[in-house]
Amino acid sequence: MNSKKINVALVGNPNTGKTSIFNQLTGLTQKVGNYPGITVDKKQGSCKLLDGSSATITDLPGTYSINPTSLDESIVLETLLDTENSEYPDVVVVVAEVENIKRNLLLFTQVKDLKIPAILVVNMSDQMERKGISLDVEKLERILKTKIVLVSARKKEGIDAIKNAISEYKSYDTKPLFQISEKIDQAYFDDIQASLRGFSLYKSWLLITQKNHVSFISEASKHIIDKFKVDQEKLKKYQHKETIYRYQYINEVLKKTYSVDRTKGTDLRSKLDKVLTHKVFGYVFFASILLLMFQSVFDWASVPMDFIDEAFSNLSEWSKEALPDGMLFNLISEGIIPGIGGIVIFIPQIAILFLFVAILEETGYMSRVVFLMDKIMRRFGMSGKSVIPLISGTACAIPAIMATRNIGGWKDRLITILVTPFTTCSARLPVYAIIIALIIPETRVFGIFSLQGLVLMGLYVLGFGSAILSAYILNKVLKVDSKNFFIVEMPNYKLPSLKNIAFDVLEKTKAFVLGAGKIILAISIVLWFLASNGSSDFNNAEEIVSETSQSSKEDLEDEIAAFKLENSYIGMMGKTIEPVIEPLGYDWKIGIALISSFAAREVFVGTLSTIYSVGSDDEGTIKERMAAEINPITKEKRFNVPAGMSLLVFYAFAMQCMGTLAIVKRETKSWKWPLIQLFGMGALAYFAAFLTFVILKN
Amino acid sequence: MHSTLKKIGSKNKIELEHTVADLEIGEKGIIEELSFVEIPLPLMEMGCIPGKEVTLIQFSPLKDPLYIQVNGSHFAIRRETAEKIILAKRLCDEL
Repeated sequence: MNSKKINVALVGNPNTGKTSIFNQLTGLTQKVGNYPGITVDKKQGSCKLLDGSSATITDLPGTYSINPTSLDESIVLETLLDTENSEYPDVVVVVAEVENIKRNLLLFTQVKDLKIPAILVVNMSDQMERKGISLDVEKLERILKTKIVLVSARKKEGIDAIKNAISEYKSYDTKPLFQISEKIDQAYFDDIQASLRGFSLYKSWLLITQKNHVSFISEASKHIIDKFKVDQEKLKKYQHKETIYRYQYINEVLKKTYSVDRTKGTDLRSKLDKVLTHKVFGYVFFASILLLMFQSVFDWASVPMDFIDEAFSNLSEWSKEALPDGMLFNLISEGIIPGIGGIVIFIPQIAILFLFVAILEETGYMSRVVFLMDKIMRRFGMSGKSVIPLISGTACAIPAIMATRNIGGWKDRLITILVTPFTTCSARLPVYAIIIALIIPETRVFGIFSLQGLVLMGLYVLGFGSAILSAYILNKVLKVDSKNFFIVEMPNYKLPSLKNIAFDVLEKTKAFVLGAGKIILAISIVLWFLASNGSSDFNNAEEIVSETSQSSKEDLEDEIAAFKLENSYIGMMGKTIEPVIEPLGYDWKIGIALISSFAAREVFVGTLSTIYSVGSDDEGTIKERMAAEINPITKEKRFNVPAGMSLLVFYAFAMQCMGTLAIVKRETKSWKWPLIQLFGMGALAYFAAFLTFVILKN
Repeated sequence: MHSTLKKIGSKNKIELEHTVADLEIGEKGIIEELSFVEIPLPLMEMGCIPGKEVTLIQFSPLKDPLYIQVNGSHFAIRRETAEKIILAKRLCDEL
């Protein structure tokens, strides 16, 4: 028995059920972390083996080859080459799927050539009979010099066999399967072998053929590798030859061990594809899915959201009464609790959106959407793969921007990143909801559609339209060199696994709440501090107001509170920017809300509730107080149609989200793009809001 | 349309050089040549290698991308890539 934990790496093509197997091996022990220096999710979990020892399982990103085409995929290469790393795998489990075993074996032969003990797991073995597939496992084991485990992740069969295979990792053959040198150019590869001592030949070859150096390589080795990199054409030619030889080898092996009876097997794929990629029905179906998705986000989510809203305002009330008076306790009941409530309230909407995206991906339908939309999106400088981030952007731009990573070309990806924040994210919703409720009457159009609902829909159209339009402009303006290569696997249709989807939604929602939660919490604390401290007038508010005012006792308290707000630090900030925002129809109080929502839009409602509410923060009261606000110059309501619409337009365009700016900086590796977004979208928001106000006023 | 017509020996026959982009839905062809300068490695790693049969399964509604099956893999590529995958010549009756 060994006391050391065995390091196991799971690798495999996308759509092979690798994640299902990972979920079954690790269950609830899994955690998501980060690889140092990059924002790729690192999924790890531990697994108790049957002999009593335990293993750390790392689920590496899905890839078709060890040669990466994206940042996520490069993790596979780095992990499998970094022999000195403490997490270097003792054994690699290569997950293949029985129907696509030919392509899956390409990756397997690559892993095997790195001389790491490898186990081949063939998933979906329960489908073999139905699809008329037969596989001679013993013979294949002999030829590939490996341990093969047949698994059905869906039926939970074969998981124990994987565990057993892992515990025997020391007994596996680690000779390379395939001698690249013999077939391609012996002299050249001998030269590589002689120059880079201490590395296996295939490892050296991979190091030489990568565009960028791997992170762990020494300067001396880099120098040698660079010499081989000079003749790029030769490298490319030999890589092509290598791939051809690998497939020749695989085809020969499978001819002896694998057969498919084509007469069997129902052709679900072609039947579904006929409808789902049809030039009319394909789009009709996609539109219905989108409609269903938005319907559920706004309808189904409202029940838990109302519940959360109520729970937090009760909690805040309760804490105000239960906790003794004092600086720290005020911070808790007026700053922290409403702050956390402001983020928790989005959980239902975001979870539902993640749920939809997860189902679309698990079933294999997302690839069909990419296929349908690619040509259309390309007219706007994006790619079919941009559809996924744009849809996710309606939940939150942060995970959406991270989802742009599998867009091949840099220009397509950059444009998608830049325009995604225009889509109406769920943080804009509470802002829209309160302003629409203030300025749009509750009437019905044609007896069925609510006018308020139509305005909300109009704002979604505005968001999506401006994303598309700015992509079109960026496509003309941006001079970015990018090699663009597009390839999308069209996987078999599958029933989604509940467990996979549950894990996926849970993990993404958690990441969102923790990430955005930190920012919102910090902002609410800062805001609370700025609102409860101020100039000397602020500190002497009671005396000043009592001396000048003739009001009754109750009104007096309100007047003192209002005077305090005006002379607090945040009030002073609002007053400072008032001249700038006056042309848009706003006053200094709205200015405060604008300033605070530069951190995150949803802070707007919270800030207004702090500003307008004294004592109570029940939404009805905030709305009433906002409705009662009078513009001292025009003597009209502050939140009239022109000012309200101008505010809606401002929030539709402005880049008010620190979290998004931070993620854009990380993903584009420069401050240039987030700053362009901040100022570009800010300027657009300002002028559009100005025009809206001026036009509607007259 | 995209094919290059080339007269060869026989009087009434022409040799038609064609690519994956010239296939009709359901039609098959054998990959003949892949230029290592123009064909990206990931395309070959998906299974697109000389000697293999390609089937065009579906066009996207705007005729681009193309949904193909080759060497056991199903995937979609853009027309510009499909035009670079040259298929074995076939003999046709002169048009």
